[in-house]
Amino acid sequence: MYPTDLKYTKDHEWVRVVSEEAAIGITDFAQKQLGDVVFVELPDVGRVLTQGEVFGTIESVKAVSELFSPVAGEVIAVNGDLGAHPEAVNGQPHDAWMIKVRVSNAGDLAALLDAGQYEALTQ
Amino acid sequence: MVEFGGWDMPVEYTGIVDEHLAVRTQAGLFDVSHMGQIEIAGADALAAVQWISSNDASKLADGQIQYSALTTPEGTFVDDILVYRMTGQHFMLVVNAGNIMKDYEWIRARVAERVGDASVVNSSSRYALIAIQGPKAEAILQRLTAIELPAMKYYWFATGEVAGMRVTVSRTGYTGEDGFEVFVPPAQAEAVWNALLDAGAADGIKPCGLGARDTLRLEASMRLCGSDMDEQTTVVEAGLSWIVGWKKAEFLGSDVLRAQKAGTLERKLVGFEMVDRAIARHGYPVVIGDDTVGVVTSGTQTPFLKKAIGLAMVPVSRSEPGTQIQIEIRGRRVAAVVVPEPFYKRPKTA
Repeated sequence: MYPTDLKYTKDHEWVRVVSEEAAIGITDFAQKQLGDVVFVELPDVGRVLTQGEVFGTIESVKAVSELFSPVAGEVIAVNGDLGAHPEAVNGQPHDAWMIKVRVSNAGDLAALLDAGQYEALTQ
Repeated sequence: MVEFGGWDMPVEYTGIVDEHLAVRTQAGLFDVSHMGQIEIAGADALAAVQWISSNDASKLADGQIQYSALTTPEGTFVDDILVYRMTGQHFMLVVNAGNIMKDYEWIRARVAERVGDASVVNSSSRYALIAIQGPKAEAILQRLTAIELPAMKYYWFATGEVAGMRVTVSRTGYTGEDGFEVFVPPAQAEAVWNALLDAGAADGIKPCGLGARDTLRLEASMRLCGSDMDEQTTVVEAGLSWIVGWKKAEFLGSDVLRAQKAGTLERKLVGFEMVDRAIARHGYPVVIGDDTVGVVTSGTQTPFLKKAIGLAMVPVSRSEPGTQIQIEIRGRRVAAVVVPEPFYKRPKTA
């Protein structure tokens, strides 16, 4: 079951919004597809992202894939712990946030999927 | 599951890292039935093997195995193979899945135009192949067979029974660990697979997929034909001069290989380790200044050594261990260094 306090994208990112700050990570489905995550490359704080823009890459032992921002806004925090412990993405995918973005357009959120819709997408 | 050489194969069962570590510390079980077998028999079988492959098969005794290359007249790879000497007039070649028909047609044609009495048979469908690899492999397999495994040396084989099934067992593998490969008729393969999993359960044996097979072989510096070398790569360029029988008579491509050994070699496959934090993968360019001078042929983050490593084809002038190289990864240049091979060597047991 996917947490109902998160919103999701078709590209398998999740976003958790707390007072205009959006924490972004990848879903349990995505981490299972990737397998053992060994490397997460993230942007610098201060970078301004558009909705759907590539903000980084994630590598598992077997593959590399891009990370897409579910919302537009400025990067205000980057999870440095993932440098030393990328495997947290496998262990706690919905807690292992990668970046926090100050949402510049609240309307972006309306286009995202809720937990039920996302789960249906992964069936 | 992925398509591989015409077979549907699992990439992973419990996870690449988990399976990789099981093989390094306990034991892992691989279904490698996709591998092909081509048999050459007749009074001139040895002459045929000597003509089509780079290593010196005359050094083999009955029951012995060698790694070799099936070569083109240019000294490049048709395939890399294992040569099993059944008798002095009967050899079995174990070949890569995707190359079975190509190898078979190639061998038949080369043998027909050169060698007298030797028949070539593709017997791939007669064998399933199960590999048990890891420090516990010998103990686990011994529970199911009367073959005296401690007496079997590395790269030797014997026939006998495993779990009551008639099999051929060789002390070979593609992981850098001690281990065995069991040739079994396909109808009995599932029974042997399940018996090995049961016999090794208490030792932590794990089924392993293609993903761990690839990370294990690369960590042990073993080449993957089709990825690290192909029909454009000579045996010497691939860093495999040790599988060339320099003292044997002429064979396909021997003149090219001898010339390269004597000094015409321009490029060479080397091992590298990333200096910057990044993973180089197959196809990424090796660059100096504005020039692309080489290419990464394999690369991964290895689960046991916990390093980003790989193999790259580079100019001979950049091939010495310690040489700094740059690899272009998604438009960014990252530093790597040439290192001695193998990356991983298993600890010698007493």
